[in-house]
Amino acid sequence: MKTKNNSNQLMMTILKGRTFIVLILLVVFFSIVKSNFLAPATLTMVAKHVALYGILALGMTFVIITGGIDLSVGSVVGLVGMLAGGMIQEGVTLGFAGVTLYFSVPVIVILMLIVGCLIGAINGLIITKLNVAPFITTLGTMYICRGFASLRSGGATFSDITGYEGLGNVGFKALGSNFASIPAGVYVFAVLAVVSVILLKKVPFGWYVLAVGGNEKSARLSGIKADKIKILVYMISGFCAAWAGMINTAQLSAAHPASGDSWEMNAIAATVLGGTSMAGGSGTILGTVVGAFVIGVINDGMTMCGVSEFWQQVIRGAVIILAVVIDQVQRNMQARMALQARNENK
Amino acid sequence: MFDNPNVVLHCEKIDKIYPGTKALDGVSFDLLKGKVNVLIGENGAGKSTLMKMIAGIEQPSAGKMYMDGQEVFFKDTNAARAKGIGIIHQELSLFPNMTVYQNIFIGHEHKKGVFLDDKAHSEGAKKVLKRLEHEIPPDTMVGDLRVGQQQMVEIARNLIQDDLRVLIMDEPTSSLSAAEVKVLFKIMRELLAAGISIVYISHRLEEIMEIGDHVTILRDGKYVADADVKDIELSWIVERMVGKNTQYHRFERSIDLDKAEKILEIEHLSLPKKGGGWLLDDVNMYLKKGEVLGIYGLLGAGRSELFECLMGLHPEHSGTVKFQGKPMKIRSISEQIKNGFALVPEDRQSQGLIQTLDICKNTSIASLGKYVKGIFLNNKAEEAAVDAEIKDIHIKVADKKLPILSLSGGNQQKVVIGKGLLTNPTVLLLDEPSRGIDIGAKTEVFEIIHEFSERGLSIIVISSELKEIMAIADRIYVLSNGKCTGELTGDEINEDTLVRTSYAGLGTGAGA
Repeated sequence: MKTKNNSNQLMMTILKGRTFIVLILLVVFFSIVKSNFLAPATLTMVAKHVALYGILALGMTFVIITGGIDLSVGSVVGLVGMLAGGMIQEGVTLGFAGVTLYFSVPVIVILMLIVGCLIGAINGLIITKLNVAPFITTLGTMYICRGFASLRSGGATFSDITGYEGLGNVGFKALGSNFASIPAGVYVFAVLAVVSVILLKKVPFGWYVLAVGGNEKSARLSGIKADKIKILVYMISGFCAAWAGMINTAQLSAAHPASGDSWEMNAIAATVLGGTSMAGGSGTILGTVVGAFVIGVINDGMTMCGVSEFWQQVIRGAVIILAVVIDQVQRNMQARMALQARNENK
Repeated sequence: MFDNPNVVLHCEKIDKIYPGTKALDGVSFDLLKGKVNVLIGENGAGKSTLMKMIAGIEQPSAGKMYMDGQEVFFKDTNAARAKGIGIIHQELSLFPNMTVYQNIFIGHEHKKGVFLDDKAHSEGAKKVLKRLEHEIPPDTMVGDLRVGQQQMVEIARNLIQDDLRVLIMDEPTSSLSAAEVKVLFKIMRELLAAGISIVYISHRLEEIMEIGDHVTILRDGKYVADADVKDIELSWIVERMVGKNTQYHRFERSIDLDKAEKILEIEHLSLPKKGGGWLLDDVNMYLKKGEVLGIYGLLGAGRSELFECLMGLHPEHSGTVKFQGKPMKIRSISEQIKNGFALVPEDRQSQGLIQTLDICKNTSIASLGKYVKGIFLNNKAEEAAVDAEIKDIHIKVADKKLPILSLSGGNQQKVVIGKGLLTNPTVLLLDEPSRGIDIGAKTEVFEIIHEFSERGLSIIVISSELKEIMAIADRIYVLSNGKCTGELTGDEINEDTLVRTSYAGLGTGAGA
């Protein structure tokens, strides 16, 4: 009995830390297969990708904990990139006044973050006030944002986002540069992750997010404004997507309307790999961060090893399903152990 | 205005109208200060609805509420809470995915600046749980607790309010063990001593006699009577709870049931409950050919579970079921339908009907196999059978291709019964066949039951409505807490005996 308990305990520890263990195994595997996997240049590239998926996944975690989903984030990445790129290269022309305005980089960053929050707010308002399912709402805004991204330039790319010294709008590319050999995106990811942990664990907002995802009716009866919480989580998701859009544009040093296409899937995959339940009510930021690393390492590792893009898709899909299956196994096991403990206490 | 110092809250002529029904009809109610105010009534009498108004969960359609001589209006639970009104809900309203202390303090968080003070939460939770004599570790997930422990967490949530003046308890003991009920009563007495007023809703009449101070009785959304507990007896309550007005005429039987053969014999049927205990505990009963057998009992007595066992939903049951004299292996629903069993489930909307299909398909869906030619459905045969059934049980249908929801509740119910009859059953199981339909439709449903029993169909009917079951059943078994506590025939069937037997299986330890 005792030894069985211990082996159960060990099994639980392994199951709980599974994503982290998988991450280590992946790194070891790729560094054996591809000797230059651990070279600084490779790591910087992987880190850039991890930061982008990770930032999207942070916002996605809040949304999924409330029991929702946000499919629009990939398109927001594209739209924000195009808006920012356009503002730098062409400025904003006010037809009626006959002037073209150029904004400084900090102003552009703030405007883009507002755009992200606004799209999130629209998602949240449609979901809560008009009672449209999150999947449908964000599917709709996904197409709408992608459409506007192309409309901004008629489908063309803003190929130079350096800015003009004379107009005072240079410096946007800093978001794509390295500082102390670490990409700027990684710093943003780190700061956003810390803020997310605080939001989810340290302030009442985090409790409300869990409560809405766990039992929305009870949340309302407890006096929690469930609609407000839901709108806020989509705004957080949009805010994160705006950061990812700007960083991506800065890293590429160009803005293309198709940027961020299907990235929402990477974000959802990272979140789910990190142990967040699609049914809502549970999830951690740390899990999501590890999940983002796993997605980034798998993607880049496979590309480096010369795995065809087609096989990559097959493998990514299998990994996601496997992650959820293991998650179920863990839940069942947890429930069984809780029942066991309860019976022993009797 | 209403400025009686002994009354904390006064409700004046409260109406609550839901689409189609009037849940409360001009109910006035005084909530007495420092007393246990008991609300009594059958299911659907309006007790919980009235409490929802007082707790701000719903708002009255008409009528006013007064506190301290001032009119009050609660637009949501926060407004009621600001006035010191807390409620313990009938269905637990906890968050299974969160910890005990999070559940207790959500909405009333302790903060240091903008940050949560989890140390204060943890200590506060420990303190209040100790008071409740349930020292559950505060960081346990609520989903991992037993239902009784969860109920204690629910109670603890309300106790942490400093300004609590009124505590509404809607059936708080339904999931508690005898020992837990004792603790709850002790806490209630402490609260009273601290000047807090309690509203207590319970179906356990003995509990009311022990803990209650003042009783108010509701029936069909209307006020019936109120009295101090010390002045009354149980039978006084039962009489007013049930009322004397609606009477159904008893059907005369032409079949001599004494001579009829036993078609179904249930022996030692038991069904374990998840997490310990029994849903059905050694139940023995029999059913004769052509008999209408009634099953009476309170919510959670195991009535529906009995039907589910017979239909093959619970392969984990134990005991033997003999059908036409031979022991029967119950394996699956489809097999049971073939064996001649048909069930009309309790919840018409979610279990009885398929809303997206038309009337015809809803009637024939359980017996489609009979109307197949080769691999195709023989529409003519199907429709002919449905037409015959519609005529046979007088379903009022303009066109059988109309959506099922175009029918009234009574006719929808007849479609569900028709679906069962179309499978040509030997035993028909009806779970609350008269729920949510008007009185005319009820009478028609009873006539169908009577007519088919006269034709030799054996029928078991579950009902919580005393009058109804007394009118239609030839014989009644009473279930209480999973046990069969009584078998009544002929003159033994009366309200008092039925109510008393239905409480017999509840060992509340509260002086029952």
